This record gives sequence, structure tokens and C-alpha cells, in this order.
Amino acid sequence: MLYTGTDWTFATLRDCYGEIDRIASEELRLDTYPNRIELITSEQMLDVYTSHGMPISYPHWSAGKRFVSHENAYRKGLMGLAYEVVINSSPCISYLMEENTATMQALVIAHAAFGHNHFFKNNRLFREWTDATQILDYLEFARGYVARCEERYGVRAVERVLDAAHALQNQGVDRHTGSKRLDLRQEQERARERRAYEDEQFNDLWRTLPDEKTADLRKGEDADPSTGQGLPEENILYFLEKNAPRLANWEREIIRIVRLIAQYFYPQPQAKLMNEGCATWVHNRIMHRLHEKGLIDDAAIMETIHSTTNVITQRGFEEGGGPNFNPYALGFAMMTDIARVCTEPTEEDRLWFPGHAGNDDPIGTLHHAWSEYRDESFVQQFLSPKVIRDFRLFRIEDDLSQPFLLVDAIHDEQGYREIRRSVSASYDPGLQSEEIEIVGVDLTGDRILRLEHRTRPGQLLHPTDARLTLDHLSALWGYGVIIKEVDASTGAELGSYAKA
Amino acid sequence: MELIDRRPNPHGKNTENRQRVLTRARQAIQDAVRNAAAQGRIREIGKDSAVSIPADVLHEPSFHRQITAGRRHFVLPGNREFVKGDRLRRPPGGAGEGSGEGNSASEEGGGQDSYRFVLSRDEFLDLFFDDLELPDLVKREIAATTSRATSRAGLTSDGSPSQIDLGRTMRRSMGRRIGLKRPKPAELIAIEEEIDGLEACRPLSDRQFLRLQTLREARDHLRQRLARIPWVDPVDLRFRRFTPVPKPTTQAVIFCVMDVSGSMTEKMKELGKQFFLLLHVFLEKRYEKLEIVFIRHAETAEEVDEDKFFTDTRTGGTVVSTALELMHGIQAERFPADRWNIYVAQISDGDNIASDMTRVNRLMVEQILPVVQYFAYVEVSIGGSVLRGETDLWKGYKSLADATPHLAMRRIEDRREIFPVFRELFARKAQERAGG
Repeated sequence: MLYTGTDWTFATLRDCYGEIDRIASEELRLDTYPNRIELITSEQMLDVYTSHGMPISYPHWSAGKRFVSHENAYRKGLMGLAYEVVINSSPCISYLMEENTATMQALVIAHAAFGHNHFFKNNRLFREWTDATQILDYLEFARGYVARCEERYGVRAVERVLDAAHALQNQGVDRHTGSKRLDLRQEQERARERRAYEDEQFNDLWRTLPDEKTADLRKGEDADPSTGQGLPEENILYFLEKNAPRLANWEREIIRIVRLIAQYFYPQPQAKLMNEGCATWVHNRIMHRLHEKGLIDDAAIMETIHSTTNVITQRGFEEGGGPNFNPYALGFAMMTDIARVCTEPTEEDRLWFPGHAGNDDPIGTLHHAWSEYRDESFVQQFLSPKVIRDFRLFRIEDDLSQPFLLVDAIHDEQGYREIRRSVSASYDPGLQSEEIEIVGVDLTGDRILRLEHRTRPGQLLHPTDARLTLDHLSALWGYGVIIKEVDASTGAELGSYAKA
Repeated sequence: MELIDRRPNPHGKNTENRQRVLTRARQAIQDAVRNAAAQGRIREIGKDSAVSIPADVLHEPSFHRQITAGRRHFVLPGNREFVKGDRLRRPPGGAGEGSGEGNSASEEGGGQDSYRFVLSRDEFLDLFFDDLELPDLVKREIAATTSRATSRAGLTSDGSPSQIDLGRTMRRSMGRRIGLKRPKPAELIAIEEEIDGLEACRPLSDRQFLRLQTLREARDHLRQRLARIPWVDPVDLRFRRFTPVPKPTTQAVIFCVMDVSGSMTEKMKELGKQFFLLLHVFLEKRYEKLEIVFIRHAETAEEVDEDKFFTDTRTGGTVVSTALELMHGIQAERFPADRWNIYVAQISDGDNIASDMTRVNRLMVEQILPVVQYFAYVEVSIGGSVLRGETDLWKGYKSLADATPHLAMRRIEDRREIFPVFRELFARKAQERAGG
């Protein structure tokens, strides 16, 4: 028996970790980054929330705003705190709340330090977009860099750039041209060179002729976009960093920092369903195995079941559930279902999933799913009629020109595929994000930056926000900016905003 | 696996970010603070100080779509009765589910109406009284009982243990140990081990015996040196030194003069008291070294303490000069004009016995106005003021005010006006602000 009752000590945590590790690696064949488990208080948990789970962050008022609203919600009892938060880094950091009972600590170790950790290390999206081994160092560097800039150029000046860059951070990723895994260590080297260059610039009073080295550097900095090369460009922050005519080097570096951190977070929402499903399935499996091995008592397994059940409850549409599903609920249900199809398939499953029905390798099949899919494709591939029936899913057609909503598919033979397609589409990042591109600029002429939002009638930009964001964009660009909203299918102009 | 206990880590990681929010939203928070103060009782200012500021001040914009038309599909869980082809009424609440995406987007953007801030009393009052000050506070003389502040002043070789400078102490200790060639404990251990080894094997050869002898001598020598040269010696100790520095302060006294005569209705007195309370809180917050003298008067004047001034009731006729005389008397006796900054705030309904006005005028011109830095006269008039026109006191002061800019006059008719008038009277001068 690892422990009895609710109290835990550090020795208990180590023992639990050891046993969980054994089950995870021997039975579930999980492959994880090294783990670092940190015990924190509820106040510190609020801090973690504020910085999106990042252990280090540069100072900015928006963090203070998030902190205040979280704090208010927590104080009023509107919001409970998570039992854990886990960071995609190597070592993989899991934050555990001190208030958790011994069982909850074991559960969240299994959930975060093994479930999420395995997912981070193995899922293709994370492998391609993020570099877990270097993110902690990079964040440290980013905070230091921002702090140095504040010292040198003033808090206001830095805040101005950060505000503007934050407003555009959703436009800071190369969605369509494919991912570039960042080499964050090289990033820091680059910044160092740039700073050395700036320091030299600083002595301009004493040096009238540029020596060869700085001349070369300058050439490198000012890539010439006047010919319209590289356009259209969907990564607005990247474009500004490279081409905005009036920015100082440190401002470019700050834009780059915002952009790289945004890119780091980019994959997370695209695999949330799977990530939580994977972690919940893993912790559930591990806790039951601990119980079967006689390492935890009946009270502990009851608590596990109780807490897991709470987490995986999907409220019906009348109780406010959907159209966004509880990722724990749907994720866990699908993982469990995959395991079931592998071992005890029905006729229906054999028809729908000839690939893995009855292959008797649930672990292998799950591993494959966890590493090769993201939410959209995962649902498209694995959402089974049984899960659709269990969740009693139905599809609604919402035509805003009609006074009523139409139920156009329910959980029956005709409806399964329709429903699956729609659920899958709701996880498609391509459909969720705005398609905004820089389409033109005349650097030798008026220097007005032209953008295009390709959309459909009835799906225009939020006007106030569009104007405010445009202000930020023009502040970075230094000259006028125009954004046109065009119909993607016909090319007709639907609206436009301009900032002189 | 690493297991780290972060609980003892320093708290308040987000204090700085919170402070930045306050700076950014300063104007909005200030308005909210003043509204909160206007709604509550002035005595309770800053006690329960949660303020809400509109969210748009802290709005973070981004490009996002708003769905206003078109056809979409979405899947919901929990079907019990619907079959294909059912038509449902659109849920109430405008677009409802229809623009679900639009809603969630604007929630990210700025759907929240306001942010609630809990401010400390200090923060609250700072914002509340920001850009107010006592006008023309000049340093007439540094007070005899100057206050002292401690400031860091290098190092000293003795002091209290709590002030020990560990880094320097250990650096000196290390230097001394190296300088005096204190043997390293490791050497001693090595020798002792060798001795143990030799002692264990018997019989010893001559060479071994000699070796043992030398080793024993060396050991004794090392032990002696180790004992003689301590790890940390009192001469190594360094303490942070603090020295008291005189802190120049200016002395100021403010006279609060209030008319409590019969002609002042309860409501007028209430207004007057509110004004003084505000003044009191402001002065307490801003000026550490400040005397406040409370004077109330009817046909005679008396000096009272704070409690009595704000709570006790008393009525009678009105002779303003008595109050001015008393004020001048106290000033001459306790607050000599060459060493004190003198301020007066007077509240009255403006009624005075007509025969007293010449006396009031003479007192003001000859005795009071020459010595005071600032004289604020606030007249409370509830209703009827239009009918009555200018009051005796108002007329009397008005003629003086034209010649002396440091006599300021304002009227208050309603609770709402207290704060604006207060701000006008004590607003920081524009040129001073420009000058820093």
C-alpha cells in the first residue's frame, strides 16, 4: 500500500511516482520527457494561470489584467483552480496544488507527468512546431531582453511595441507554408549579435565611417521587399519585423519574441481534445492498475472514480453544453472507445474501422493515434457511431436568414457521417481563424501597406476591434495601412478600413 | 524525476503587472475612485474600496470575425426527442446560438463589462487626491524637531547579528584563512586515515614506524593550527551600517473654521462637515507634519477637538469676527508666522451681524491675510440663495479677494459639488506641475 487516507508527504509522492512510472513504461509503453514536479499554493496557481502556464514571462499589463480577473473569479468562488498545470517543456514541468489529497496527487502525476508528457513528446504537431528542450531558456532570455529594453528605452516605449505586437499575434504564424521548427538557442545567439551591433551603433559619435562588418550586417537587416517579393504574406508580424521601415532593431527583436512565443502556443488548441483525452485515459488506466496491484485502497479508487467522473461529464445542450464539447469528456470517450474497438469489436465497428477493429493491440493503436493526428483529423478518423449514440449528438443547421433552426442530422444511420464531418470541422483551425494576408506595398511610393481579409458575406471583421488593431499595425509599420475585406469566392469587396 | 517544493518561493509574482494595470488605467480608475467616494460617506473613504473600471480601457483588440449572416452547422450533445427535419425556435437572447462564434470572439475581445479592482486604502487615497496639494507651501524654516530617517552608510565591524553582511564576512574569512595558511580539513583526514592504516598493521617495519612518527607529528601540528585559526574570526565580521539622516520637513498648520449658528440649517452643517472631513482625510494622507486646529463659532468662538467638531451640535447667533480673533490669537501664540505655513478653511452660510463686518474686514486685512498662505472661504447655501443674492460675508470678502489672490471663495449648494469645489481649491498649480 502506497498510502492510506488523504495526507501525503514528499516520500509518498516519490513512492507513487515510482509505481506509476513502472506501469506507464512497462504496461502502457509511454515515452516521456524527464519530469519535474513542483508543489505550489493556490496563489501561485493563479500566477501560473496568468502566464498561460509559462514559468517565466516578461512583464506586461495584460498579465496584470488576467491576474486580476482570475483572482476576482477565484475569490468570489466562480472559478475553481485546476489540480495541475503542465508545461510542454523538457524537463516537463507539472505544477501540483498543495491542497490536493494523496489520491489526487497520484492521479495528477499520472495525468500530467505521464499522459500529457507523452502526448507533448510524441504528437506530430508538437514535434514539428515546438522545441521543448529550449523553451525555458528562451523565455528566460525573452524576459531579460524586454527588461533591458525597458531600462534603456523606457517602459512606455516597450509597452507600445508589445501592445501592438500582441494585437497581431494571431497573425504571427506561417499556417499555410508549413511549420518551421524553431531553433531557439540560435535565436538567442542572433539577439546577442544584434545587440552587439546596436552597441556599436551607440558610439556613432566617435566613428564616422562604418566598418565592413557593420555594413554587412546592415545589408542583411534590410532585405528589400520593394519588388513585392514574398507577397502575399500571411505572417504579419514576420513581415513587420523584416520590413517595417521605421522600427529600431530592438523593436524588431521584441516583435520577434512575441511572434516566437505565439508560435510556441500555436499547436496547443489544435490538439486539446486529444491531449486531454490521452491524459485522462492514461490516468484512469494507471489508477485502476494501482488498485488491482493492491497499491492503493478502495477509498482511493472511489475517489479517483468520483473525480474522473466529474471531469468527464458532458452537459447536454439544454444545460449549456456544446457546441464546444468538454474536451475531457469527448476525448476520454473516444480513447476508451478505440481501446474497446481493438479488443471487443461489434459488427458495426468492423464495418467502420476495418483497420484496427479486433487487432487486439489497444496500446499500439492509441499510440499511433496520439502521435499522428490532431483534433480535426482524429475526430474524422475515430469518432464512432457508438460514441455518437452515447453522446446523443444531433446537428443543427443555422441559417440566419431563417427564423428557425433546423435539425438536419441525428444519431442514426443516415446521420453518423454528417455529424462526424461537422464535429471534425469544428476543430479545423483553418476554418476557425481569419484569413488575412499582406498583399502589397509600394516602398518607393506612398508606403501604404495593403492587406486583404478573404472571407464570406456575413463574416466580416468586428469593426471596432478591426480599427483598433489597424491602429496598432500602422504604429508598427510607420505609414498608412489599408485592409480590404473580399469575398473569397467572387473576389468582390465587402468592406474596408484604412488608417492614414 | 525532480520534486521541487515551490511553496516557500516569494509571493506576489504579479504585483508588478498589477501595478502596470493601475498605471495604464489610471484615468479610468481615478474616475471610478471618485465616483465611489461620492457615493459613499466621506468618512468611510478608502475603507471598502473595490472599484470597477470599464473594460474598454484594458481592451486588447485583435482581428476577428463577427458572424452576422450565412448558414452554419453545429453539433450539440444530449438529444432526447428530436428527429431529422424538426424545426426549433431560435433560443431567446437575440442571435443566441446563431452567432455563437461571434459571441465567444467578442468575449475574448471585450465582452466583459468591467474589471473589479480591490485597492488598498493608500492606493485609493493616492488616486483620490492625486494632483491636489496645499498651495504655496514654502519652507519657511526647518522645524526644530527635525524627523530623522535612517539610510545605508557603508559597513562597520560591529553591529546586531540581523545586520550581518554575510557575503563580505565570508570573503574576509576566506582571505584570512588563505593568508594564514589554515590547513584544509581534507589534509587532516588524509593523514588520519594513513595513521589508522599504519596502526592497524603490526608489526611495523622501521620505515613504517618512522613514517608513523612523522605523521603523528604532522597531525598534531595540523590540529593545533586548525584550532588556532578559526573558520570565522570576529575580525572577519562586517555589518551593514545605518546612520540617521535628518529629514527636513516643513511645518504647516491649518485652521478649520465653521459657523454653527442658528441660521445654519442641519443640512448646511452636514455639507460643511463633509467638506472638512474631506479636507481632513486629504491632509492626513498627504502631509505628515501638519497641525490641524478646529474652531467653531456662533456668537462666540471656541477651539474644539476633532470629535466634537464633527459630531457635537451647538447653535446661537453669528459673530464671525470672534472666530477670526480666536484664530489669530491661537496663531500668534502657538504658530509664529515666520516658522509656520498657515492655512485657513472657513465654512459659513454667509450670515453675519451687519455691525460686525467692518471688524471682520479690518481683522482680515491687517492681521490674517498678511500671515496666511492660503485662505479658502466656502459658503454653503441651500435654496433661496438666488433670492438673497450675495451675503454680507461674501460681499465683504469679495472686495478683499480682488486684491489678494490667496483668498479663494467658492459656493456649495449640494453634496455633489463638494468634491469639484475641493479640487478647484486645492488643485496643483499648472506652472508648478510643468516645472516638475
